[in-house]
Amino acid sequence: MAGFEFLLQQLVTGIANGMLITLIAIGYTLVYGIIEMINFAHGDVFMLGAFSALTFLQLVGAQAVRRVRNVDQAPSPETYLWLVLAMILAMVFCAALNVMIERFAYRRLRRGGRMAPLISAIGVSFMLQNVGLYWKGASPVNFPRFIPQIDLVKEIGIDSFVRFTTKDLFVIVVTVPLVIALTVFIQRTKLGKAMRATAQDRDAAQLMGIDINRTIALTFLLGGALAGAAGLVSGLYNNTANFQMGFSYGLNSFTAAVLGGIGNLNGAMLGGVFIGVLAALSDGYIDPRWTPVVIFGTLNLVLILRPTGILGQESAERA
Amino acid sequence: MTLQSRPPIGPVVLEIDDIHTYYGNIHALQGVSMNVREHEIVTLLGSNGAGKSTTLRTISGILRPRTGSVTLRGKRIDNVAAHDIVRMGVCQSPEGRHVFPRLTVDENLDMGAFIHSDAQVADDRNRVLTLFPRLRERLKQRAGTLSGGEQQMLAIARAMMGRPTVLLLDEPSMGLSPLLTDVIFDAIKEINATGVTVVVVEQNAQLALSIADRGYVMQTGRIVLTDSAAALTQNETVRKAYLGEG
Ligand SMILES: Nc1ncnc2c1ncn2[C@@H]1O[C@H](COP(=O)(O)OP(=O)(O)OP(=O)(O)O)[C@@H](O)[C@H]1O
Ligand SMILES: [Mg+2]
Repeated sequence: MAGFEFLLQQLVTGIANGMLITLIAIGYTLVYGIIEMINFAHGDVFMLGAFSALTFLQLVGAQAVRRVRNVDQAPSPETYLWLVLAMILAMVFCAALNVMIERFAYRRLRRGGRMAPLISAIGVSFMLQNVGLYWKGASPVNFPRFIPQIDLVKEIGIDSFVRFTTKDLFVIVVTVPLVIALTVFIQRTKLGKAMRATAQDRDAAQLMGIDINRTIALTFLLGGALAGAAGLVSGLYNNTANFQMGFSYGLNSFTAAVLGGIGNLNGAMLGGVFIGVLAALSDGYIDPRWTPVVIFGTLNLVLILRPTGILGQESAERA
Repeated sequence: MTLQSRPPIGPVVLEIDDIHTYYGNIHALQGVSMNVREHEIVTLLGSNGAGKSTTLRTISGILRPRTGSVTLRGKRIDNVAAHDIVRMGVCQSPEGRHVFPRLTVDENLDMGAFIHSDAQVADDRNRVLTLFPRLRERLKQRAGTLSGGEQQMLAIARAMMGRPTVLLLDEPSMGLSPLLTDVIFDAIKEINATGVTVVVVEQNAQLALSIADRGYVMQTGRIVLTDSAAALTQNETVRKAYLGEG
């Protein structure tokens, strides 16, 4: 494989993975932006999103799955319907779960300093992992191959080693609109502005008639919905899920959020794609075993040079 | 600037009865009572740390009094959530402005109108921009990049977007030049003339008394004096302590 084509291939993989990481990173960064707390349970919400989608697909889509066994074949029209339903289900499930977690595990601790909610989040993370363990067992489970793996580069008649498959396309087609929709919501709508106002000055927001608790709940709802979508997409992209996937994806996503500047939405997107591409390049040019070292080494370097992350504001200015 | 004739003073709209407010163990308000009549301008004077801001924050529901009551038009509001008190017509421009620094001027005004979504919002916006034409030139600018005086105008304009019947202003002249202070106080008079009841906390006692109907003087968490603005202006203690005489 020619050098340039190899690079291109790593970029394709990196961007697809980076978009997944972005979806999860947004959940970390939104929550941090509004209550300055790291929601350590967020990755596990993502994992349960994958599980809920999987359970749904196994239940209702058994026949559809059988029909798309042949992975090179275009899926039947009903398959799309099942996918859309699975996506909605995973998003609603994770949104509701995240809102409940905030309501019962964090809200009352908000006044108790920074440490109490953080410890509570770690506890919730363990609880959710155990729910996952009970739900699907300890070993990785196969995700049905709903998305065929057709190489679009070949399909359009270009002879190249680079593969850009329908799966890569699927990730981008799902994640990019979600990220755009979220950005528009936060930038343009009244509720989105209320979220930003609450993040910037909570007391002043109350003086505008903004219900702080509802706004924070809304933040968890949005972050949870994106994590649910990411759960489904990751399952279909990697064709596997396990109860610990929340930890590994969560760690990468959290790193992406911090790297981009935690609390900053554009930072989460930048950091997500950056980490995805960096991991793919490291996998391809160095060794997958070294990838965590490369990622966290880069994180250290960025934080030494810019403690607030690439796009982060000074904390004094944030207050 | 043409001053409209003021609507007549009406019955008591806001009544504060013997409130005690704490910050943890700090007993900041030690039995504050005051009342405000419809269409009045009432000023709250007092030296640093007397409890003026604490009083306004307690009225707005940001702080809860441990005992005592706050009553708005006959309805207890000392247990009502801060965001619901805004819906009842009490808006505040807090001490230190507290504009949303990374929202634009326009977005700050949007937030002021958070509780309204009817067609009148556009009229309100026009009205406050006529009151403070400087803001119109800076609509797309982030509020954090405004000058102190402009931020103060924005804070008042933003509070006006909530359509208050009672407007609480905490030190609207803080850090402003005499010229800008005049602009702000003219605006306050104009707002009051449109039928809005105003409670204004001020360090600049002379200025506050010049526009107020009545005043209260606070000292270490208590009201120590209350009278008409004219009488307070003549009062020996007030002259010594707050009007820079003696
Ligand atoms: N967040 C807080 N935590 C603890 N104590 C506070 C807090 N805010 C105010 N206090 C105390 O409560 C008392 C009243 O403060 P307040 O801000 O109401 O005074 P003020 O009259 O508005 O003063 P200034 O003219 O300086 O604004 C002061 O003794 C102050 O130290
Ligand atoms: Mg004060």
